[in-house]
Amino acid sequence: MYNYSEFDESFVRARVAQFSHQVERRIDGSLTEEEFRPLRLMNGLYLQLHAYMLRVAIPYGTLNPRQMRQLAHIAQTWDKGYGHFTTRQNIQFNWPKLSDVPKMLSALADVGMHAIQTSGNCVRNVTADHFAAAAADEIEDPRPYAELLRQWSTDHPEFQFLPRKFKIAITGAAQDRAVTAAHDIGLRIVKNDAGETGFQVLVGGGLGRTPMVAMTVRDFLPVEDLLPYVEAVLSVYNTLGRRDNKYKARIKITLHETGKEEITRMIEARFAELRPLFGGNDQALLADIREAFAPPAFRNAPVDAYDAFYKADPVFRAWADTNLAQHRNDQYAIVTISLKAHGQTPGDATADQMRVMADLAERYGHNELRVSHEQNVILPHVHKSDLPAVHAALMQAGLGTANVGLISDIIACPGMDYCALATARAIPVAQEIATRFDALKLEHDVGPLKIKISGCINACGHHHVGHIGILGLDRAGVENYQITLGGDGTEDAVIGERAGPGFAYDEIVPAIERIVLAYLDLRESPEETFLQAYRRVGLPPFKAALYPGEGNRDAA
Amino acid sequence: MARFTPKVVTANALIEGDVIYLTADDRWTRLHHEAELIEDEAHAQLRLLHAMAQKSVAVGAYLADAKAGPNGPEPTHFREVFRTRGPSNYFLGKQAELV
Repeated sequence: MYNYSEFDESFVRARVAQFSHQVERRIDGSLTEEEFRPLRLMNGLYLQLHAYMLRVAIPYGTLNPRQMRQLAHIAQTWDKGYGHFTTRQNIQFNWPKLSDVPKMLSALADVGMHAIQTSGNCVRNVTADHFAAAAADEIEDPRPYAELLRQWSTDHPEFQFLPRKFKIAITGAAQDRAVTAAHDIGLRIVKNDAGETGFQVLVGGGLGRTPMVAMTVRDFLPVEDLLPYVEAVLSVYNTLGRRDNKYKARIKITLHETGKEEITRMIEARFAELRPLFGGNDQALLADIREAFAPPAFRNAPVDAYDAFYKADPVFRAWADTNLAQHRNDQYAIVTISLKAHGQTPGDATADQMRVMADLAERYGHNELRVSHEQNVILPHVHKSDLPAVHAALMQAGLGTANVGLISDIIACPGMDYCALATARAIPVAQEIATRFDALKLEHDVGPLKIKISGCINACGHHHVGHIGILGLDRAGVENYQITLGGDGTEDAVIGERAGPGFAYDEIVPAIERIVLAYLDLRESPEETFLQAYRRVGLPPFKAALYPGEGNRDAA
Repeated sequence: MARFTPKVVTANALIEGDVIYLTADDRWTRLHHEAELIEDEAHAQLRLLHAMAQKSVAVGAYLADAKAGPNGPEPTHFREVFRTRGPSNYFLGKQAELV
């Protein structure tokens, strides 16, 4: 993986020194909160409900074991012993003291990490497919491009004060695991008719209060045009984007207000101006970056032990069936470590668990870890013969839950348990749904089902693209939960449909149960997934299950 | 004119970020029930100004709805109830520290 160059290192160190002085000046009273706030946000430091929160970027979700151990060390030394992995491939520490934050940033810099541009109206952490360089269905590893974009966007002088935040996601595979269609720019690596590699460029996706699926503005962008083209998109947005209204400031609104044809014309015109200014240094840099992402030296060894264990041990088999994905190398598997033990907080890992994952990556995983937007951790390259040992170690650490892709593998934002913007809690709803379906022993029977929960309209929990989405709101001083159905965050992205009036906190889990039982009743076979069934029958039967009294009233 | 809903002045502590409340004798307390329950709108604005002037102690001061209770002011909105104790997923924050 990419290691910091001298330039990256000195830039990050300089920023830590600068922010340390700013913290000192805030504490001694030379800076007011109004002056300090934009400075702390530039460095990923928020003030939330109960404490500060430090958001650390995990670029394109890739970590090495040393970095994971450092996150554990930070959690234990300056926080309360755990960290929260987020839907944007970041990690958040929920309890830092202001006076400790410079030490935390310094510890991050020691392992080539930082919290720069994890907040504010700038280009945020560039996210990528968490199975990058391992997935069997991949055209090319998207991470060298993500790293190129990271270097280009970090402290880019033109794009530090955009109308609003700007999120870029990239995938190199046919199956979109990076939710590219819900980003300001989504990049999908494709091949053209001549067999050349390039990008399908999507613009204007986003969830939040106005959820929109991105539009394709270029079907095929040659690889060498990536930076000038992305710069053209941002440049047009920076000029046109609205600064008068926060809720209309994202590029999705700009695109809809300007029209796809006109904005595409403007992007292409700006691109024509910018393209000649890129003299090839970016391509030389890209070539260097690519070398850093060379595939590991895969082992060639028998996999009989795995096959035998799979047959013999039902617990291992259940885990293998849900938590393993196909690797491009037949002897290998991609391991998803579930951070969704039933009843636990989605995306949380203790310092000890982080160390176990780091050890496993070192011993069995070619020193690679990934963090997914679905709030799990991935060992992308594990030889199948090592899987029984990996599974045993995970079980011991409370990380062996066999539920990836199932009903308890829930995405949930921190909600009103932490976040100052939240209008309702999200975490306990996720905990209770997982606990309930575990008690019913139904989740393996139900099969693939993505529940996503947000604690406010900003939709950090991606509820619009959940097969079942839950949005927590404040209705006249009481928590209330709206349900959307049929959302999909893959390459065929769809925004879910609102099912009807919301439910109180103590009614939401039973409501979800009614939806799931209705699905089990109406599916044509166990092979028909929830989403397929929903697409076949639509909202009405689920609505009937959700609001059982209503039909009778209509009939009366 | 609508009747004024009683308020407390609340903020977050500068260093720890912990929730704090302004008392009648000009201290900051971590306990909601020790806060000054303000029943007059003009007085509320004065107390808020007083809180906002303490830039090195309190961050983001605002007026939160409250009501009188047997042991002192109690929060009325669920957000303020959560702020008096901490997150619901772990026994951390005030609920753990004030035992």
